[in-house]
Amino acid sequence: MEIVQIAGIGLLAAILMLVLKEQRPLFAFLLAMFTGVFIFLMMLGKIDAVIGTMQQLAERSGIPSVYLKTILKMIGIAYIAEFASQIIRDAGAESVASKVEFAGKVLILVMAVPIINVIVETVVGLLPAGG
Amino acid sequence: MDISAIFQIAGIGIIVAMIHTVLKQMGKEDMAHWVTLIGFVVVLFMVVRMLNELFQEIKTIFLFQ
Repeated sequence: MEIVQIAGIGLLAAILMLVLKEQRPLFAFLLAMFTGVFIFLMMLGKIDAVIGTMQQLAERSGIPSVYLKTILKMIGIAYIAEFASQIIRDAGAESVASKVEFAGKVLILVMAVPIINVIVETVVGLLPAGG
Repeated sequence: MDISAIFQIAGIGIIVAMIHTVLKQMGKEDMAHWVTLIGFVVVLFMVVRMLNELFQEIKTIFLFQ
């Protein structure tokens, strides 16, 4: 029952943050960041298992590993960008947070370019010549 | 790193706030600010180390390397 643990950690951190916010808002912010990192680290182990299974499935079905790697990289970028932007938003810098999200989107789009290329080439190959 | 680190950070925050108040009462403003700064650096060090661990983990899991 990991969820009980995580809910406990979250509630505990929230209460401690309420106490700290009166005195030192800076420490409350650091505590929030630390709690976020801690919970994320706990979950990463589970994600690892899921990704291992996905890789096995992809290998068995003969999908080129480049595609799976690209998708996993995109997921990784999305996680990091989301995490950072939420923490920055917690700190009150709304505009910086949305820039981080924007950068994440652009980087994901850049990663997708080779795949889009392959799709377009496939579609062009399917079209009858000279049509 | 485990759950006790959360208590450590909260404890450092509360103690630093207390010391700050006491030093301010004694009229040592500059000392109070130094105490706050050092406490902040210590906690920041802990958080940054953990953040580094998290990013390394994400990098290895999502095949960035």
